Amino acid sequence: METTEQLRDRLLARFPGAVQLVANPGPAAQHSLLLEPAHARAIAEFLRDDPALLLDYCSNATGVDWPDKEITETVKVTVPDPAGGPAKVVDQKTTRLQPGCLEVVYHLYSMARRHGPVVIRLRTGNRTDRVTLPSLTPAWRSCEFQEREIFDLFGVIFDGHPDLRRILMWDEFKDHPMRKDYVEPDDYEWEPTPHGTVMDKAKAHHPAPVPVVPPAAPAKEGTQP
Amino acid sequence: MSDAVPADSAAVISDAERAELRRHGILLTSLEELYNWGRSHSVWPLQFGLACCAIEMIATSMARFDIARFGSEVFRPSPRQADLLIVSGTVTKKMAPQVVRLWNQMAEPKYCIAMGACAISGGPFKQGYNVLKGIDRYIPVDVYIPGCPPRPEALLNGLIKLQEQIRGQKIAGPDAPRHLGKTDACEYPVPEFGPHDLEPPKNPAVWQPPTITRKE
Repeated sequence: METTEQLRDRLLARFPGAVQLVANPGPAAQHSLLLEPAHARAIAEFLRDDPALLLDYCSNATGVDWPDKEITETVKVTVPDPAGGPAKVVDQKTTRLQPGCLEVVYHLYSMARRHGPVVIRLRTGNRTDRVTLPSLTPAWRSCEFQEREIFDLFGVIFDGHPDLRRILMWDEFKDHPMRKDYVEPDDYEWEPTPHGTVMDKAKAHHPAPVPVVPPAAPAKEGTQP
Repeated sequence: MSDAVPADSAAVISDAERAELRRHGILLTSLEELYNWGRSHSVWPLQFGLACCAIEMIATSMARFDIARFGSEVFRPSPRQADLLIVSGTVTKKMAPQVVRLWNQMAEPKYCIAMGACAISGGPFKQGYNVLKGIDRYIPVDVYIPGCPPRPEALLNGLIKLQEQIRGQKIAGPDAPRHLGKTDACEYPVPEFGPHDLEPPKNPAVWQPPTITRKE
């Protein structure tokens, strides 16, 4: 199979500006393709039907939550000395806010050509109101339940999905539990041996610990254990 | 020793004397004993499984472990015909109302076994957002079987413990079981699906968290 770079170039020739390469710097080097949501359906059908690729099987669709991230960059700035001395090199820190988004990742294989995976990604505009992405269920039926799961747990709305309902949580549920900022219901009751984060919950629920006074042991004179 | 005649005439004869008489072919019993003996040896479980514990429950009902030795081989597919609810596995919050509804549909006298860590406390999922922290939040549990999952022998032992409980029940007086008492409390409130959690998250009439003295 062609490399991800070759595939990107071929897709860019057909869909100009709709594909970016997301490099994986790790040893796996499993690079992926970030698609523009507006062209995602057409690209998906192209990937499925192109005779060289024939990616006829979507094995996995999953969601990723990228929260807003504050990035601090340190730039070395040369400041001229007003007294006329040699210029100083000063570290200047700038912080910028990288806006978060929700991401959907599809892993595609070809049963006919026996190759894969080709990893494609879609990203929403933000995490609150622009969370609509085109559904790829019309291209691969196996996405149906997994897109419902992403809708349930991450809150991505799939445009064109045939049956977009919650699949794991109940219909009346309002939250999206796999988002990073999900706050679970405060239903701590008790724990016999709390530790870690559970200990923090236990302290919040039992704020005034009863001081445990050890029973006064009868002092034995002159005996050492 | 007092001269007063005991109100319960069965208590006059001790168990050892009764066994001795039985050896001579004389069968003495009380209505209570006969009633409880009959009930305890035909506890029909509900054919109902939730997770991997249900696999062990199925194994218990098959030839190798043979729950028929204890009279509980008749797994009923309808709660109307069942005496015993074996909560065998993880009770998710989405499933909890259905479990309580099945329990409500069972006719008294009915018993509940919480099988495995999940049914007792939520088990490894206790700190998650989607699993009930023990079915005893909503329905009264008679026997708890620890394990993940418990072996079939453990389920059989739990059943034997339940039979002992049934045989020890009084059919009259203040200690009478639920179905013979004055209160008609076989209906338990079914929790509703709320926007963030089940509502209510527990039935305080059935379960209260134990009071803890936390060591700092």
